[in-house]
Amino acid sequence: MRAPVSDLPLVFSKACVNLGATPLLRDIDLVIAPGAPSLVIGPNGAGKSTLLRLAMGLLAPTSGTVTWGGSRDPAPRRRAILFQRPVMLRRSAQGNVAYALLQAGCARADVVGRAHHLLERVGLAALAHRPARHLSGGEQQRLALARALARDPEILLLDEPTANLDPAATRAVEAIIGEAAASGIKILMTSHDLGQVRRLAGEVHFLVAGRLRESASAAAFFDHPQSPLAQAFLRGDIVAEA
Amino acid sequence: MQEGLGAWQLVVSGDPGLYGIVGLSLAISLSAVALAALVGLPLGGLLALTRFPGRGAVIVLANALMGLPPVVVGLVVYLLLSRSGPLGSFGLLFTPTAMVIAQAILITPIIAALTRQTVEDLWLEYRDEMNAMGVSPLGRLATLLYDARVSLITTLLAGFGRAAAEVGAVMIVGGNIDGFTRTMTTAIALETSKGDLPLAMGLGFVLVSIVLAVNASAWGLRLFAQKRIG
Ligand SMILES: Nc1ncnc2c1ncn2[C@@H]1O[C@H](COP(=O)(O)OP(=O)(O)O)[C@@H](O)[C@H]1O
Ligand SMILES: [Mg+2]
Repeated sequence: MRAPVSDLPLVFSKACVNLGATPLLRDIDLVIAPGAPSLVIGPNGAGKSTLLRLAMGLLAPTSGTVTWGGSRDPAPRRRAILFQRPVMLRRSAQGNVAYALLQAGCARADVVGRAHHLLERVGLAALAHRPARHLSGGEQQRLALARALARDPEILLLDEPTANLDPAATRAVEAIIGEAAASGIKILMTSHDLGQVRRLAGEVHFLVAGRLRESASAAAFFDHPQSPLAQAFLRGDIVAEA
Repeated sequence: MQEGLGAWQLVVSGDPGLYGIVGLSLAISLSAVALAALVGLPLGGLLALTRFPGRGAVIVLANALMGLPPVVVGLVVYLLLSRSGPLGSFGLLFTPTAMVIAQAILITPIIAALTRQTVEDLWLEYRDEMNAMGVSPLGRLATLLYDARVSLITTLLAGFGRAAAEVGAVMIVGGNIDGFTRTMTTAIALETSKGDLPLAMGLGFVLVSIVLAVNASAWGLRLFAQKRIG
C-alpha cells in the first residue's frame, strides 16, 4: 500500500541555484504551508521564475535542499504550475485538459466529464472544441489554469499569471485563483503588479537578486516594510542588487 | 505529336498494361513507406529525446544518408540478397519484396532524420509542460509523435515521392521483369531505350500526376490542420 502523499509543506533549506558561475538564487530558506496565498515579488530578473521552477522540482538546487511533504523526490505529485508563458498542446481546449487529467492518473471513463467540469470552472466550456492555439491570450491563460487544476493540486504555482492580459482578462484569472485558494489549494505565485498582490496575498516574500530580503504577512509588508530595499520597491523606485 | 496522342490514349483508355505497372509501383512504394515509417518514426523520435555518446555522429549520418544514391542502395541490397549473399537463401532477389526492402532502406534515413528534427523542435516547446505533468519517457515519445502528426505525415509523403520516383534501386534488385517487377520508372527507362515512346510518355504522365497529387495532399493537409489543430 502507498502512504497518502502530500506535497506540503514545501520547504526550501539553504537552497542555491547557480547557472555556471552566476548565482540565480542564494540561500533560500522558506516554508510554504497551507493557508492564504503566498506572493513572491521583486524586480525583473530577481529569480522569481527560477524559484517557482525549483518549487516545482523542474530544477535541482545547486546546493541546499527542497522538500515536498518531507520528501526529496522531485516527481510532481499534488502540485501543478502555470508557467509565465504556458504552451498550448496542439489539441483542442478540451484535449489539453483531458491530456493533463490522464497524466494525473484520472480514469479514462471520467476524463470527458471532468474536463468539461474544469472548462466550466474557468469559463471556457463554450470553447471546448476550439484548437487551443487559436484561443486569445486570456483564454489560453485560463485553459492553462484548467490544465493545472486537472492535477487536483494541493499547491498551485503561478508565474505572473496575468502579466500579458488586459484588465478584464486579469479580473477573470484573478477570480479563478481566488476560488482555487478558497477551495483550499495553496497558492504560491509571483507578480509584479502590486495592486494584484494587495488583492490576493496572505503573505509576501520579497526577492532581490536571488536573495529573499523580507517575508511578512501582506498587511505588515505593505504597512511597515522593514528593509530600505522593500520601501524603495513599494515606492516604485528601481531596486537593484544591494 | 503522334506519340503524345498515343500516350494520352493509353492513359485515358485505362490500358491494362500501363495500369498494371502503375498499380505495382504504388503497391511497392506504399509498402516501402509503411516499413520505413515503422522504423523511421520511432527511431527519429528516440534520437530526438535521448542523449548518448555518439548521438551527434548518428544524426550526421542519418542526415547524410538522406542523399543516398538509389543505385548504391540497389547495389548493397543486391549483394545482400544475391544467391551467394548473406540473405541469399531467402530467394528474394528480383521479387517485389526485394524492391520494397530497397526502397524502404532508401527512405528510412529521410523519415528518421526529418522526424528527429520535428520531434526535437516540438520537445523544446513542450518540455517544461510535460515535465510539470510528470509524463513518462514513453508517454513523451507518443505525445510528441502524435502532436507532430501533420509534419510527420508530410514527411511520409516526401518519402513516398522519393520512393516512387527512384529508378536505380528497383532496377537493380527487381530486374524489371515484365508483369512481375516492372515499375513506372524502370518501364520508362526501358521503353524509352526501345523506342516505345507512347507507353513511356503515358507512364511519365501518370508518375508526374501522382507526385503532384501527393504534394497537393500535403499542402491541403497543412491548411486543414492549421484550421483544425492550430
Ligand atoms: N536558462 C537561463 N539561461 C540564462 N540565464 C537565465 C536562465 N534562467 C534564468 N536566467 C537569469 O536568471 C535571472 C533570474 O531569472 P528569473 O528567475 O526568470 O527572474 P524573474 O522571474 O524574477 O524575472 C535573470 O537574470 C535571468 O536572465
Ligand atoms: Mg519571471
